[in-house]
Amino acid sequence: MKFTEEHEWLRVDGDLVVVGITDHASEQLGDVVFIELPETGTKVAQGDEICVIESVKAASDISAPVDGEVVEVNDALVNNPAMVNDDPLDTAWFFKMKLDDMEQLDALMDEDAYKDFIG
Amino acid sequence: MAKLLRTDLYDLHLDLGAKMVSFAGWEMPVQYPMGVLKEHLHCRAQAGLFDVSHMGQLRVPLAAATALEGLMPVCVTGLAEGRQRYGMLTTPGGGILDDLMVARKSDHLFLVVNAACADADIAHIRAVVPELEVITDRALLALQGPKAEAALAHLIPQVAAMRFMDVADVDWQGRRLWISRSGYTGEDGFEISLPREAAPSFARAMLANDAVAPIGLGARDSLRLEAGLCLYGHDITPQTTPVEAGLAWAIQKNRRNSGGFYGEETILAQLQNGAPRQRVGLRPDGRAPMREGTPIYAEAEGGTPVGVVTSGGFGPSVGAPVAMAYLPTALSQGGTVFGEVRGKRLPAQITPLPFHPHHFKR
Repeated sequence: MKFTEEHEWLRVDGDLVVVGITDHASEQLGDVVFIELPETGTKVAQGDEICVIESVKAASDISAPVDGEVVEVNDALVNNPAMVNDDPLDTAWFFKMKLDDMEQLDALMDEDAYKDFIG
Repeated sequence: MAKLLRTDLYDLHLDLGAKMVSFAGWEMPVQYPMGVLKEHLHCRAQAGLFDVSHMGQLRVPLAAATALEGLMPVCVTGLAEGRQRYGMLTTPGGGILDDLMVARKSDHLFLVVNAACADADIAHIRAVVPELEVITDRALLALQGPKAEAALAHLIPQVAAMRFMDVADVDWQGRRLWISRSGYTGEDGFEISLPREAAPSFARAMLANDAVAPIGLGARDSLRLEAGLCLYGHDITPQTTPVEAGLAWAIQKNRRNSGGFYGEETILAQLQNGAPRQRVGLRPDGRAPMREGTPIYAEAEGGTPVGVVTSGGFGPSVGAPVAMAYLPTALSQGGTVFGEVRGKRLPAQITPLPFHPHHFKR
């Protein structure tokens, strides 16, 4: 698994990458009450804000962790945003991307580096 | 930044695993491990204990009641002993400087004001009531929810006989507690002023009851929002009048007839002829919260904003987003308006307040 400084996790699944937010992020956000997902087929560049996630406290964005195309989104989150608090690392994935360049993943943090990052 | 003040329950908050934040110069618990959503629902279903010791507690001699009435459009002189009233300090222009509770005790008036306004309120009141006394040796707790009565009566049986807005002094373990049957969640409950040194043991005694959970500022805000209650500095400010804010009910008939308070010209005229705008409740159609600052439009496209959201978020008991906004009176009676969220106009329905029914013990 790879991690970004925006507290996203990325898991390689065949030629796709599954993206979600970390349990640290989920904890910091508090109870999630609203999620807006990108449309499938959207071409995104690293850093583009493509999801909105709102908790009882505040709204925040999730940005594309790498360049590529969104090929699938987890619609279940829209009707049940609390999944992000219950199971952020597995069933509450946000979207799947087809990467322009799989090597972009190499620049992201591994689990140890992320643990150091959140201190 | 100035050092944050701490209440006498600071160590207890940490013991309970609270996340502490800066609020109005105080270091306060925003949530406990239960989390805002569950704390909110717990308070509505059972009982919640809130540390509100940051709020200002003031004492005014009974003889100053008339002077106090010059600062607010609320009847103080006619308040019966053992009763409390909600009120607001007004500006000469009819705006609101703060909202507060006034209790008529046997030999004085007891006031509770917002923490962020306390210093300004003290100076403002002292200008006409030099005898004003700032109480610094007492903490303030709120116990709210349908099981609040049973939980408090377990320690102090006589509170069960109190009704909404009654105040009474009672003894607990040799300490004098000033109790009112009131709160700011829409639920039945009590506010308890007590000697600071007794606050931690009293709070622990309350929390020993299985029905009582500690509740942070996060859920305090969502509870009062669902109850349609105004948050000072957001829903009511020096730029909003009591009539615009829908608080005309707090202005008794004798004050409407006699006047004699700051802002009377504007406020009495608005009571007579209506105000140009009104605070309304909004229920967004979708799940996206409309937070404070969200501009409100009458049309789905084009036009200019007709109002703005002053409080908004997710209502856990409503199970959907809720918001309060000011709208021109002509538009405020009902129908659909549009809040602009992240560049998109989202429909919302104008809804009577409160969003969640009050459960006061009248």
